[in-house]
Amino acid sequence: MTQQGVRWTADQVLALAPDASSQKAGSRLGVAGPWSETGSSGEGAVWGLCKGSGSKPYRTVIATADTAGPAYKCSCPSRKFPCKHALGLLLLWAEDPGAGSGGAAVPDGAAPPDWAREWLDARGKRSEAKRSSSAEAGVVTAPADPDAARRRAERRAERVTAGTTELERRLSDLLRGGMAAAEQAGYGQWDETAARMVDAQAPGLAARVRELGAVPASGPGWPARLLEECALLHLLTSGWLRRDTLPDALAATVRSRTGLPAPAQGAPLRDHWQVLAQYDTADSKLTTRRIWVHGERSGHTALLLSYGAAGRAPALSLPVGLTLDAELTPYAADPASRQLRADLGEQFAAPAPSTGHPRGIRPEEAAARYGDALRDDPWLDSWPVTLSRVVPVPHATNWQLADADGELALPVAPSAASRSGLWRLVSLSGGAPLTVFGECGHRGFTPLAAWAHDGAETVRL
Amino acid sequence: MASSTAPAEAAARHARTSWEELVTAALLGTDRRTPPVTVPGREAPAALLDAAAVQTVRRRAGLRAAPAAERPAPAPADPRPPVPAAARHRLAALLADHPHAGGGRRGTSPDLMELLPQWLALANDRGYAPPPELLPALLNAARGRTDLRPQALAFAGPRAQWLARLNPDWKFALRTAQGGARAAGLRDADRAERERRWQEGLFAERVALLSALRAHDPQMARELLTSTWPTERAEDRLMFLDSLRTGLSAADEPFLEQALGDRSRNVRATAAELLSALPHSALAARMADRASSCVALDRTSGIPALTVEAPHECDAGMERDGVAPKPPAGRGERSWWLGQLVEAAPLAAWRACLGDRPPAEIVALPVADGWRGELHAAWCRAAVRQRDATWARALLGVPSSPDAAGPGAVSLAERAKLLTTLPGVERAEWVAGFIDAHGLSEAFQLLGVCAVPWAPALGRAVVDALNIARDAGSYPWSFSGVMGLAERCLDPAEAVRLDALTAVPDEREDAAPGAGGYWSEAFQRLVTTLRLRAAMREELRG
Repeated sequence: MTQQGVRWTADQVLALAPDASSQKAGSRLGVAGPWSETGSSGEGAVWGLCKGSGSKPYRTVIATADTAGPAYKCSCPSRKFPCKHALGLLLLWAEDPGAGSGGAAVPDGAAPPDWAREWLDARGKRSEAKRSSSAEAGVVTAPADPDAARRRAERRAERVTAGTTELERRLSDLLRGGMAAAEQAGYGQWDETAARMVDAQAPGLAARVRELGAVPASGPGWPARLLEECALLHLLTSGWLRRDTLPDALAATVRSRTGLPAPAQGAPLRDHWQVLAQYDTADSKLTTRRIWVHGERSGHTALLLSYGAAGRAPALSLPVGLTLDAELTPYAADPASRQLRADLGEQFAAPAPSTGHPRGIRPEEAAARYGDALRDDPWLDSWPVTLSRVVPVPHATNWQLADADGELALPVAPSAASRSGLWRLVSLSGGAPLTVFGECGHRGFTPLAAWAHDGAETVRL
Repeated sequence: MASSTAPAEAAARHARTSWEELVTAALLGTDRRTPPVTVPGREAPAALLDAAAVQTVRRRAGLRAAPAAERPAPAPADPRPPVPAAARHRLAALLADHPHAGGGRRGTSPDLMELLPQWLALANDRGYAPPPELLPALLNAARGRTDLRPQALAFAGPRAQWLARLNPDWKFALRTAQGGARAAGLRDADRAERERRWQEGLFAERVALLSALRAHDPQMARELLTSTWPTERAEDRLMFLDSLRTGLSAADEPFLEQALGDRSRNVRATAAELLSALPHSALAARMADRASSCVALDRTSGIPALTVEAPHECDAGMERDGVAPKPPAGRGERSWWLGQLVEAAPLAAWRACLGDRPPAEIVALPVADGWRGELHAAWCRAAVRQRDATWARALLGVPSSPDAAGPGAVSLAERAKLLTTLPGVERAEWVAGFIDAHGLSEAFQLLGVCAVPWAPALGRAVVDALNIARDAGSYPWSFSGVMGLAERCLDPAEAVRLDALTAVPDEREDAAPGAGGYWSEAFQRLVTTLRLRAAMREELRG
């Protein structure tokens, strides 16, 4: 693997930016002009001096292959993270036309200057320390006072139970008076109920309740959608109240859907994890980043979640189109579980460009996979699948991904139909079959990544 | 739950209730309508929600793939080789740069969107096919900027046409490119097909057809136009006539002469203009007669001088030959007519009637009674219209003469037009000489007509002048127009020479406060942009 090979693409770098204006400022600095003494170790460190408006240039260092995503250090006063200098330097490094030849703007295989090495070394030591301490922690991880912990858990469960009882009453009132009456009420009451669920320490319920408020304004067919969501909430509260009688796996799902924290407790799984998609959703309080990765050896698909306070970028950012040799820790103890969430553990090498794509299935199989997954988790909105040989069929309202070799098609989710990514998909296809990764659910299919042919680069949608 | 069979029974009962009934009951409320499911011992709302939950999960789990709609026909293949990976990433970066909404200071960073036209021109030169996933962004950019469209659509190729048929936002791609492509195909199309398109096509298609044909076979194009000329509307006649500028020759004279009698004044004027660009046309000869009767050589005093006797009336003959009788507000009638006569008269005629002098000498002659300005301005227009480099050279004069920058007889706008008649090298040399002598403040228009990238001498002149401007202590934004041009037009090889200028100089007493820092920033941006352009070029080399 050449060092040139592990350089990221501009898209991947820009995905790290905390906001649009940083993206812009960063891309303006992604040229050789202001930079001097740049270099890259080839082992995941990039550094350089950036001439700013002051007399002293800013010192910028980035550790690209860090366990928890890239780490940055810059002597500029900006509070953005990463700052525009770090983004600019990464862009310069990523887009370097002279890479591999003599005229590289950020030459490889150099030794870092003292000021960069200081930080890199300190970082290395810190993460070393963390790793060994967490390894030790494995032995002595039991809480100091198990009784106190149990009492805390019991108190929280009582509060959640009180919350679910209240929510159940709220749903009954709604059904008694009729949803038609609720249409006029608007967001207000639901927001209030959501706040009560936050107080009850059931953030999972709170999030679902908050979404209910938007349903009556979501266009034709809203009564059916509102009833569906209310029924699923009711199913969740009923599940919570009877969690002692449920099978272990289902009880765990109910607890996690209700919003009780649980540590990642599966056995770490090392693989070449291909980053398939990364996208953010934001509400007024929180930005949620979802990253789908796929293990080349194991064939497992996993979901990495990262959160940021409103308006800030979540910390973890993995460039689509790269493959990480890393350990992932699943949340589910049982490897056969359909709980896909995992945490990124140690990375063993610098990320390399992906060369293939997950093996695809046909549209009818994708629909069946989602149905199967609902057995373990009836609250699932969608299931990650890769479709092989499908043709995007544009339409004013009802887009489809049609099987190139059959008569069946999956509808594209209405939320995806309004995004520009769909036209990128159509353009990439040109009417020919593609491999498409996305989320398949009851609202339809949301395409997230595509490959024009075997061995093609991943195209982000 | 009383017994293990109870849930199963309940589920079976739930399944039999239709989803629509449940929704209706929920919408109206269980107080108003008895729900379709009732379970003894369970309150009505809870029973309804139980049933709805079962139905919801059932419905979701039961989702199946749907019959496929008609798939779009495959896009035609693009035979060009794909753009190299580095260039593809560059294009993505250029397309992602949105024009600054705030309009704030640019700082040291280049204006990426401004480099898109150059990128497209380079890619088209090298004959690359576009990365399909970037076509939507490219089409959106071209949608907002008409000046990008020709290059963007040429690069975008057949797949963009295919996309434009699927997305109405990109209809313009069909209008612009398809007309051209179809017209180009017409060279080989048979006569009947051509006739059919000319007779039945939309206006834009017909203009495209005529222009394409004219470039290829001027006579055939003229014949096509003549065949329907009398039945065309006046606005259309004007546009069609305009397309004859391409491939204009003496063979067009009879048709144009006939158009001088057109009902529409604009058509008449355009026909006259075209005829006057043909130095051997009858109209040119008539104009030469009229013009030479107005300008005479006066040898009575020691130094020969020109005397001007402007026409006293605009007769019917002049009007037929395209002279506009009514001057714009603020201009005298006679000088207005004189200007038009001299502009339309062939320049070659002057030599004979002014004592066999070459153009340079004629231009140097003094002109009596303050007519110099009118006369020289009209000669300038004539030189541009007749693409006469010798006269243009004479009228431009020496770039370093003090007259060249001042409010002399020939304005800067006219100079810029005169320059376009000269070969590229000479043009660049003249402008370089002008900048050396007069600095940059007047040079913007002149620089705009020079070939890109600028010739070495011109580039050096601009950089030196910028350096002088900086040392003079003014702010760089007084030169932002020239700076912007330099970013786009300076040869990237100049970047090396510019490096020294990017340092912040020590503040001088007489300099504008902080100017040094801003200059350093402006030069950094210039150098950065040049490097970027060099990189773009390199990436597209493959």
